[in-house]
Amino acid sequence: MQRAIGIAVREVSFYAAVALFVVLTAFPFYWMLITSLKTNPDLYNVTNIPFWFNEAPTLEHFKYLFEQTLFARWLLNSLVIGICVVAITLLAALPAGYSLARLTGRGGEALGIGIFLTYLVPPTLLFLPLSRIVAWFGLQNSMWSLVLVYPTFTIPFCTWLLMGFFKAMPIEIEEAAIVDGCSRLGAFVKMVIPLSLPAILTAVIFTFTLTLQEFVYALTFISSSAQKPVTLGVATDLIRGDIFFWGEIMAGALIASIPVAIAYNSFLDRFIEGITGGAVK
Amino acid sequence: MAAVLARDIFKTFGETPAVDGITLTVADGEFMVLLGPSGCGKTTFLRIVCGLERQTSGDLIIGGSVVNDTPPRARGVAMMFQSYGLYPHYTVRNNIAFPLRTQRIPRKEIDGKVEWASRLLGIDRLLDRRPRQLSGGERQRVALARALVREPTALLLDEPLSNLDAKLRASARLDIKQFQQRIGVTTIYVTHDQVEAMGMGDRIAVIDHGRIRQVGTPTEIYDEPADRFVATFVGTPPMNLLARGGGCLGFRPENFLPRDMIDGGHGGITEFSFRVDRSEYLGSERIVYGVIDGFDTQVITARLPPAHVAEESIRPGEWHPFAVRNSALRYFDNDGKRTSRH
Amino acid sequence: MVDIVEPIVARRSPRYRFWLDRSGVLGAVFVAPAILYVLLLVGGPFLLAVYYSISAYTIYDPSWQFVGLANFRQIVQNPAFLEALENTFLFTFASQLLGLILGKFGALLLLRPFPGRKLVRALIILPWAVPIALASVAWQWMFDSLYSVINWTLIALGIIDRAQAPNWLGNPHLAMLCVIVVNAWRFFPFAIVIFLAGITSVPQDVIDAATVDGAGFWRRNYQIIMPMILPIVAIGLIFGIVFTFTDLSVVYLLTNGGPVGATSVLGFQGFQVGIVSGDVSHGAAISLFMLPVLFIVVVAMLRFIRRRDI
Repeated sequence: MQRAIGIAVREVSFYAAVALFVVLTAFPFYWMLITSLKTNPDLYNVTNIPFWFNEAPTLEHFKYLFEQTLFARWLLNSLVIGICVVAITLLAALPAGYSLARLTGRGGEALGIGIFLTYLVPPTLLFLPLSRIVAWFGLQNSMWSLVLVYPTFTIPFCTWLLMGFFKAMPIEIEEAAIVDGCSRLGAFVKMVIPLSLPAILTAVIFTFTLTLQEFVYALTFISSSAQKPVTLGVATDLIRGDIFFWGEIMAGALIASIPVAIAYNSFLDRFIEGITGGAVK
Repeated sequence: MAAVLARDIFKTFGETPAVDGITLTVADGEFMVLLGPSGCGKTTFLRIVCGLERQTSGDLIIGGSVVNDTPPRARGVAMMFQSYGLYPHYTVRNNIAFPLRTQRIPRKEIDGKVEWASRLLGIDRLLDRRPRQLSGGERQRVALARALVREPTALLLDEPLSNLDAKLRASARLDIKQFQQRIGVTTIYVTHDQVEAMGMGDRIAVIDHGRIRQVGTPTEIYDEPADRFVATFVGTPPMNLLARGGGCLGFRPENFLPRDMIDGGHGGITEFSFRVDRSEYLGSERIVYGVIDGFDTQVITARLPPAHVAEESIRPGEWHPFAVRNSALRYFDNDGKRTSRH
Repeated sequence: MVDIVEPIVARRSPRYRFWLDRSGVLGAVFVAPAILYVLLLVGGPFLLAVYYSISAYTIYDPSWQFVGLANFRQIVQNPAFLEALENTFLFTFASQLLGLILGKFGALLLLRPFPGRKLVRALIILPWAVPIALASVAWQWMFDSLYSVINWTLIALGIIDRAQAPNWLGNPHLAMLCVIVVNAWRFFPFAIVIFLAGITSVPQDVIDAATVDGAGFWRRNYQIIMPMILPIVAIGLIFGIVFTFTDLSVVYLLTNGGPVGATSVLGFQGFQVGIVSGDVSHGAAISLFMLPVLFIVVVAMLRFIRRRDI
């Protein structure tokens, strides 16, 4: 009997702790959702219970967001930036990761670590000179400046990620292809790329989410509303004007968050594998 | 098809030599086995022959031309890997056709050759499957078909049977040897398994520490080992060695018999007093372990035919008269090299 | 010995051009684009930043005049900068510590299989996955001076009175607390994931062996598992430190450095001076103060990456 009570107490406290963690992490997003669906009078009345609808929910904020603001444009900007950065990153990181994993021998390891370390160079160290360089390219205040700059961290990141995956691939398949009459380049195109599609997909997803998460460069380089990516637009552009803006901001934040959250969750394990590089075997 | 000639091949990784001066001639159509313990450099040598590694120095000649700086695709050799290296995203048909496609052979001809190779190996009903749907034995056949289909200048095999279970291994051994003979392709076969080496090779090159210790037919290797390494590496149980006067005296366990089982014959016999410690009955043979009077730190083995050995002549714990024919004795000098006689 | 029938010819067939088949050459060609991109757009700007910091360059007077260490001397005499420096260390240390504790605790919870674990993990990962700028905006709304849901809850629970409800982002100490909490909130899911990856990668037979040898729960945890997952946790922590130490988005969006510089950090200060005020040289000098910390971190990282091979 005593034992049963002990187990029950342990179970209850376990689930209570889990629930606490979930509330801690997920509440801000629940808060986004509920705010974006509430009418303004409901939102700005301190006597109302904030956790649930006191008046009927409304899609007013979403409608406003798409019709009265540049939100749709920002989404499009983010999409274009993301696609371009993914393309540049893959073009550079795929061969680089393969080269460091297979072709450059001992020196490749050091070079790989060197490239990865540049991922740790923070934007706040480089934004001043980079804004100058962006101006030299004539890209100031344009979203194309981000297409130029974002690969500086996505290339190191993906090179490292892909290098890890290539190293884990059995080398015999490429060697068989080479002996069977392929050049090294041919083996890379015909064998390595088709066989590492899952890894490449992971790299694509994370490059894309990295571009969505970036804030500092976007804030530094871009001031005109029509050029902003969605993260910057929602965070800085909706606050002006109307004082009752929280519904729209939360709606925008929610829409921009959902794809990233889904992408992260579905590729998390591969990501961890890549980022720690098999630190513990 | 062509002869393969290696002259003074060296290969070092950093400081350590993996291949330490190998000179070897493989004649056109010959089945050459490279036999040695793991890490002896035999696989590295094979990879140099096919071009996956570049030798540090030395010349490699395939079919009469020096191919030192020729990449694998221009050497025309085929290689079968330890875990086969099948292309997992291709069907069996495309796996076999791949080496032909890279040579831009017309489609019709490719289809014909794939047909021929798959029928030869009895895998024609598997052509539309993918490698992961095949059993180990089937994979091995697909790999062999892929290697044979383009009639390579030389066929290189790197421990191709080590992923098969013992039963399949015997039949696969037979298969490989048969196809090799039928096609007559020059073959270099790397293994650490002496049963494979003895059973398949026209000649065997025994390799240790990056050097060739002996090249010869299976009979030569077994009966006339060039040094102590070859004598003890080939044969199970290995050759018995008795230190004697700065050199060594060796004899095979199956030649070490109870005195009454040997007749003097030609050249006489050498007698030993043998104390049996333990014996293992293995059905077709009996392995007896013990020591010889005067050499009591060294375990000596005798391999006896069970049907012909009287129980009392090998009773454990007792000394028994044993003997070896003098013609079966081998002598080695201080450095382990074979000498004619003391 | 068998004779070689064919004559030996030392001739290379001219049909192939083989230079790309040499792994060294192809390796260099393959790695070149990535290296060039990084050199040009990380290495170059870095040197430019160093040059800015020792010149008198502003956007109003782009003169490139060399002034030596004058900028650095002026900066360290500026109390606003010193406060930012202090804030940065406090901000980094406190949020990482909080994040690690929460992370370890969360990992222990998630280690145990229970129904719905996948969903719980997905929810717990959210703060780290979602762009921090967007999450910061949500927190800003939750810390709102008038409509804060946190205050509402505290009042409803009777813990505080409406009249003395805290102004989270308006009070210097509370504002600092808020920035730290939001940052820890953002990082602890990452810590959970890292801990989980580490713990699940410890071979079960090692743990079993320890159990058979008589190690209890705590001994197993701190003498077997923790040392084994230390490299992986260290790498995760280094990420956390670098990104927190150099961050500006949480501060920029939540408090804008305020009230009166109480939450200003190095990255934010550099942004204010270099971009907003256009004093590029001083801004660059401020940013460069991050270098020593980054350097230490890089050295630590290299050590742990090397340790991993053992």
